[in-house]
Amino acid sequence: MTAIAHPSGHHEEHYPGGLLRWLTTTNHKDIGTMYMTFALVMFFVGGLMILAVRAELFQPGLQLMQPEFFNQLIGVHALVMIFAALMPAATGFANWMIPLMIGAPDMALPRLNNWGFWLLPPAAILLTLPFMLALFGIGDGAIATGWTFYAPLSVQGGMGIDFAILAVHILGISSIMGSINIIVTIFNMRAPGMTMMKLPLFAWGWLITAFLLIATLPVLAGAVTMLLTDRHFGTHFFNAAGGGDPILFQHLFWFFGHPEVYILLLPVWGLMPHVISAFSRKPTYGYTAQVYSFIAIGLLSVVVWAHHFFTAGMPVPALIYFMFSTMSISIPLAVLFFCWIATMWRGAMTFETPMLFAVGFIVLFGIAGLTGLVLADVAADAQYHHSYFVVAHFHYALFAGGIMGVMTGVYYWLPKWTGHMYSEKLGKLHFWLTVVAFNLTFIPQFFLGLAGMPRRIPDYALQFAEFNAISTVGAFILGLSQLLFAWNIWACVRGGPKAEARAWEGADGLEWELPSPPPHHSWETPPVIR
Amino acid sequence: MEQASLPSQDNSRLIRRLLLLVAGAFVFAFALVPLYDVLCRATGFNGKTATGFATGGLPTQVASPAQPRAAVDRSRLVRVEFTGTVMPGLPWDMRPLQFSVELHPGEMQQVSYLVRNLSDKPVTGQAVPSVSPGQAAQHFEKIECFCFEQQTLAPGEAREMPLAFIVKPEIGADIAQITLSYAFFSLDGQRQTLTRNREEK
Repeated sequence: MTAIAHPSGHHEEHYPGGLLRWLTTTNHKDIGTMYMTFALVMFFVGGLMILAVRAELFQPGLQLMQPEFFNQLIGVHALVMIFAALMPAATGFANWMIPLMIGAPDMALPRLNNWGFWLLPPAAILLTLPFMLALFGIGDGAIATGWTFYAPLSVQGGMGIDFAILAVHILGISSIMGSINIIVTIFNMRAPGMTMMKLPLFAWGWLITAFLLIATLPVLAGAVTMLLTDRHFGTHFFNAAGGGDPILFQHLFWFFGHPEVYILLLPVWGLMPHVISAFSRKPTYGYTAQVYSFIAIGLLSVVVWAHHFFTAGMPVPALIYFMFSTMSISIPLAVLFFCWIATMWRGAMTFETPMLFAVGFIVLFGIAGLTGLVLADVAADAQYHHSYFVVAHFHYALFAGGIMGVMTGVYYWLPKWTGHMYSEKLGKLHFWLTVVAFNLTFIPQFFLGLAGMPRRIPDYALQFAEFNAISTVGAFILGLSQLLFAWNIWACVRGGPKAEARAWEGADGLEWELPSPPPHHSWETPPVIR
Repeated sequence: MEQASLPSQDNSRLIRRLLLLVAGAFVFAFALVPLYDVLCRATGFNGKTATGFATGGLPTQVASPAQPRAAVDRSRLVRVEFTGTVMPGLPWDMRPLQFSVELHPGEMQQVSYLVRNLSDKPVTGQAVPSVSPGQAAQHFEKIECFCFEQQTLAPGEAREMPLAFIVKPEIGADIAQITLSYAFFSLDGQRQTLTRNREEK
């Protein structure tokens, strides 16, 4: 890194060596790298858990584990993937890219940034520690309610639930600090001349995510705090015997839980136009329309939560309201889809790995949207609720939409971060294996759901055997092919062909004006925006 | 950061506002608890009746049973079904003596549940009612109910627990059937029982 000519020169890259550098760093690039690394590690941790689940589901009957352990695995898998893999990955992108893209020297609150990251490892340990403790005969394992903590089960369960509640508190504090940092950076640190409507779409997507996090994560924190006091301090928020109401928990949880879906997806929708425009060699189509779509989706996302529990019992007017408001989200979302496709329209397209992932994302995320409309329909939902149809739907949204979107961004910006080109051959192999294995895993789950197989149950009736076997084979191919991803990143960090400042010829944006990798301190003199 | 003098002032103002938003959202979560209760009561959402246990076990508007009711609607019949569940941790058994009755809106009706203590200890329980469909809940008025207070049964005791109610004539014309359901909870250390269940595993 020191070999790179330093434009402003007067700042030396002074930081302690070894572990201390990473513990004490306030540099947005270092912190971004730590977030991304943490996310990748937790992605494999969560993946291993679900492979154990899929192995159990390979055949009907109980072969590998007891139902209690199965329940713990599915709940912790979801919590790890959402809070410890996808959200940190998105925050990692924000840390690395937002200052580079808006011409800021660093994040606005660098020390808060360091703290925000270092809260994550303790939280991850809290989430997974009950598994280890159970091995030594302490407690009865991790949270076994699924990631949704539904009362009254979560009021009654073992200490794994307390661990998960505290982990969620810590993860929430970390996310809120990250969000405050991002909002302040975007509002106050833009290069001169960069108006809000010249802001890169990635920053816009993250801005909406940050506001959603600030508005809804405290509600989740409040809900799990009530759960904690119900469990240990004799309150009766959710305990019907004391006049509480378990359904209230569902309202509180999904008031956070539904915006959470968009919290995970908005950063991805933000980075997508950059990639599509770069590999179509055309400017982004419909910038303004996309910005207003982001805002509309952000606003709508907080008023539709009850569609997650239509079957809990609701007056018909409420059902109808939540059905139509949910369906109306598809309108701004369709605007985004049309903008992505219109950007590609008649472009000089090439299909490097990021573009393959972007196109794969559009197709598969489209399936998530369409199956979501089916679930939003009150009449249809009564049949599909809590079935594998739901599982398949949200994995199309969060794996194909979330994780594959993150992979799009990783491949797109990896040359910028490391200064090396990754192996295009391995990247393409990774894409095709992922996309085929993903569909092999989850298409059968749509059929299983339509046929009535309930989710979160370790055993199933014989007629579901074939599709479950196919799904398990797909899941193992999917899991193993992610090793290619990790290897490709590792190899790219270690070496490879030198990346140009503008690593992709069609790429546009301030980050490509800097050398690859950018110097430790960048944009000390703010760029001038035309 | 060279240009930091002005932005740092902006920063702290913005941070304060954002922190206020965080605090507001946290308070909002707790404010939802009473708000939700009010909403349920006003709309019958969730089958909560206006005279439920949550109001402290007493009917909000005490109606004298002797007072003649405004016009009994003889033109239609509503069917009321009774059901009950004993929650885990309460060693009881309950069933309605009649599974359903048909009545005219405005007419007072009395029914009973037979509740037995299966254990060899005195046990106290509390019944929590729920009316379905939710739209019927606000027109379902319990005049006398064993759910208004805690019930203690001696070892092995069986007791008929009475319930008197009126379905108000204002009830929607589209509602022909109402289900009244009770969940009986143990009040004697529900937590201990749960812990014991876990230890027995």
